Amino acid sequence: MSYSKITLTVNDVVETVDVPHHMTLLQMLREKLSLTGTKNGCSAGECGACTVLMNDEPVNSCMVLAAECDGARIVTVEGLAKSGKLSKLQEAIIKTGGVQCGFCTPGMLISATALLKRNPNPTEKEIREALVGNLCRCTGYFRIVEAVKEAAHS
Amino acid sequence: MANAKSTEKTTAVVGTSVIRNDVLEKVTGAATYVDDIQFGNKLLYARAVRSPHPHALIKHIDTSKAEKLPGVKAVVTGKDFPERIGLYLKDKTIFATDRVRFLGEPVAAVAAVSEEIAEKACSLVEVKYEPLEGVFDAEYGASEKAPVIHPDLGKYDCVNFIFPKPGTNISNHFKIRKGDVEAAWKQCAHIVEKTFKVPHIQHVPIETHGAVAMMDEKGKVTVWAASQSPFAQRNLIAKALHISHSDLRVIAPLVGGGFGSKAGLTMEAIPVALATKVKGYPVKFILTREEEFYTNFVRQGLTIHVKVGCDKDGNILGLKNVMYWDGGASTEYGTNITRAGGYSSSGPYDIPNVWTDSICVYTNHPIGGAYRGFGMSELHTGIDQAIDELAEVAGFDRVEFLKKNAISEGDIVVTGMTMHATGIQQCIDNVAKAIEFSKKEEPSSPDRLRGKGIAIMWKAPAMPPNAGSSAWVELSEDGKATVGLGGQEIGQGTFTVMAQIAAETLGVKYEDVRIAGPVDTQYSPYEWQTVASRLTWSMGNAVRLAALDARKQILDVVAEAWNETPEDLDIVNGMVVSYKSEQETPLANLVIYGLPKPNDEGWMGGPIVGRGSFMPKYVTNLDAETGQGARAVVHYTVGCEGLDIEIEKNTGRIHVIKAAASFDVGKAINPALVKAQVEGGFVQGLSSAMFEEIRLRNGIMTNPSFVDYRIATAADADFKLDTQYVEVPQDDGPWGARGVGEHPMVPTIAALGNAIYDATGVRLQGPPYSAESIYLGMLNAGVVK
Repeated sequence: MSYSKITLTVNDVVETVDVPHHMTLLQMLREKLSLTGTKNGCSAGECGACTVLMNDEPVNSCMVLAAECDGARIVTVEGLAKSGKLSKLQEAIIKTGGVQCGFCTPGMLISATALLKRNPNPTEKEIREALVGNLCRCTGYFRIVEAVKEAAHS
Repeated sequence: MANAKSTEKTTAVVGTSVIRNDVLEKVTGAATYVDDIQFGNKLLYARAVRSPHPHALIKHIDTSKAEKLPGVKAVVTGKDFPERIGLYLKDKTIFATDRVRFLGEPVAAVAAVSEEIAEKACSLVEVKYEPLEGVFDAEYGASEKAPVIHPDLGKYDCVNFIFPKPGTNISNHFKIRKGDVEAAWKQCAHIVEKTFKVPHIQHVPIETHGAVAMMDEKGKVTVWAASQSPFAQRNLIAKALHISHSDLRVIAPLVGGGFGSKAGLTMEAIPVALATKVKGYPVKFILTREEEFYTNFVRQGLTIHVKVGCDKDGNILGLKNVMYWDGGASTEYGTNITRAGGYSSSGPYDIPNVWTDSICVYTNHPIGGAYRGFGMSELHTGIDQAIDELAEVAGFDRVEFLKKNAISEGDIVVTGMTMHATGIQQCIDNVAKAIEFSKKEEPSSPDRLRGKGIAIMWKAPAMPPNAGSSAWVELSEDGKATVGLGGQEIGQGTFTVMAQIAAETLGVKYEDVRIAGPVDTQYSPYEWQTVASRLTWSMGNAVRLAALDARKQILDVVAEAWNETPEDLDIVNGMVVSYKSEQETPLANLVIYGLPKPNDEGWMGGPIVGRGSFMPKYVTNLDAETGQGARAVVHYTVGCEGLDIEIEKNTGRIHVIKAAASFDVGKAINPALVKAQVEGGFVQGLSSAMFEEIRLRNGIMTNPSFVDYRIATAADADFKLDTQYVEVPQDDGPWGARGVGEHPMVPTIAALGNAIYDATGVRLQGPPYSAESIYLGMLNAGVVK
């Protein structure tokens, strides 16, 4: 099995990791760095549970090889709160009740964070379109969309 | 601080929308699900060898090549685990033994040092099959022509309310014979007869099934599982492996969505089987998304023939229901779904004459299991669309027709039980008002058609008559409370609701109540299963009793110490107060160390632990030939849903303009959580109505991925949903509460079908009501050219 040594920034921490060439970014985060907040729902880039920010863009981490991440900046759900203070979006989704089982929540929060970064004042339609790649089976999405609106306006 | 002079309770938490107590960890990524638990370097990975045939005899299995592959630690097959298991009917084994009955059935499994090696080893297991003719239709399967899938059905153990027919594929036949339907037809001015087909669908929890198992040197087994049923799993695994229940421990971390799929025992048995061969090694098995789609539980399919009639005044006089449930290769759980479909087969209507045959049929399809609604969504898809047409032919407004025929308190329901107080009339009114049902509205464009649909529902907790709950409440040195319970947090918010119930009962702040989690059968009190929308009611009663017990212990000690009677004392915000002497003392002062007796003559009290248990004792069995009995169920939750939709004439695509859902929850312990359940359930129901179908061709699922099996996304829920609830109290529910977890997806297919019919005049035989099927329906009917 061939390995690469890569150096990348994960949630503002510089990490150097030996990764097998076939290892995905998702596997590296969960298995090498024990960042288990990022979830695996399908291993096929379809459900969005594994969404992380890679150089500020949301990606399905199950579809990115870890070896490609040398030099990249990665943000996972564990990196959204700063110094123990929740982000506006995290606070908003607690308040609106947009969390049920919580399994889609990490990916959902990352996609919505990316949306608010590129479009601080999205319309409801834009929010729904931005979250279309993040499947949720519990909430019906209403309160998640509410949370993104609220975070945008707070 | 509490004011002893005030009788005003400042601790009221029941009925308020407190923030969930599991949410901080869920938004920060700290929440632990089964695949997140760290097991270190000894962890082994499991994969399964699965049947490539829907029906075949196993002629030979050779595992020798797989065993020789470096890194492989164990290979197991069915010969090591011949014991039959099942919740209601013991008709399956952990691995297929002599024959396979569905495509994807586990035949063998491997534990290895990596997932890749386990996968490779699986490909080296050689299995010789002799394919058999398959059964791919329930109605055909029930006929004498069909090959028999379980020739040993007569030898299987089953509970006393399931009635298999050995020598056939019928594993349960539930009958209702109430009144005389044949005589009723003669009294009817209008009769509608329809057939509907509801396809198999999948639960699609975003977290697939997963379990880790380890056996220690003494033979004690620990299982960590994404589970709605840690105690039922303990029971079933212990029996299957012939080990003591006490030597089997199931730990159930947070669950990433269940919807029934993680109830009972399915894939969890596979890592346990492997673990018995590699003592001291944890063995992890996580299903792939493809495996999740068809190798575990699915919602069984239904073909329902409905005949319903009313007199000239619109009173429904008779209903005949013949239901063939496509139960799949095992119906260990599905038999009880067909029973529930039978004993609830009238829906929430007062109908004097009912004939029902609810027939559970083995097929060579994926195994049907519990799915949110437990048969009710499928049943209501049939009866509520037939009744919608009956209202039309009888010349009645739909809302008036539903209200006229809806069940009310004191009516004798379909099984002979007397109906309890119910808010169904208010539910119908709420929905009719929210979507302005009686107002005929124009479509937003000439290229569209507009229609409105409404449907009502009921559902009882479907469970054994004596399914129990238990709980404890203990206090710590800081005066805060911890609740022990065995029901699972699967997203519905039950840990929050139980903390509210304990806080309110005990007299402490909601923030000062912890839930002892994760649920662990070694320490947690017994709970039957987290299913049937029963926890708020059943476990809620147990938690309330446990908190009452703790409260009594506390007040008895303080009363003795202060020389007062407990009746003059109260606990307010964690402070024991006397309304008589106006003394007060914080709980922290006494709940562990007790209180000193006067003049230092010793101590009284001690660590406070309250216990509570609850089990309904009044449910009776039903007559096998008539389905009649004193009380079939604990209660029914009722509700109504409606939709206002537009349909594109050129494509058949549906646009939901607005929708409403109203359920009688008895008492909303947490209103925001009730509304969240209703919203999520409605969208899941709508998703099943518009998109979802396990497409089966000769037993093969042809769409086992999110690309081909589409579920609703954020873009599909782009409409206003009104969720006003009704509170007619349940006599034995905590504060009158009854469950509402499953109900919101029950009437959605029927309500949408009725809206499509209103818009287009086209009645489709079954969901999913895809744009294509609606367009073709309109084309055939000449609505579009």
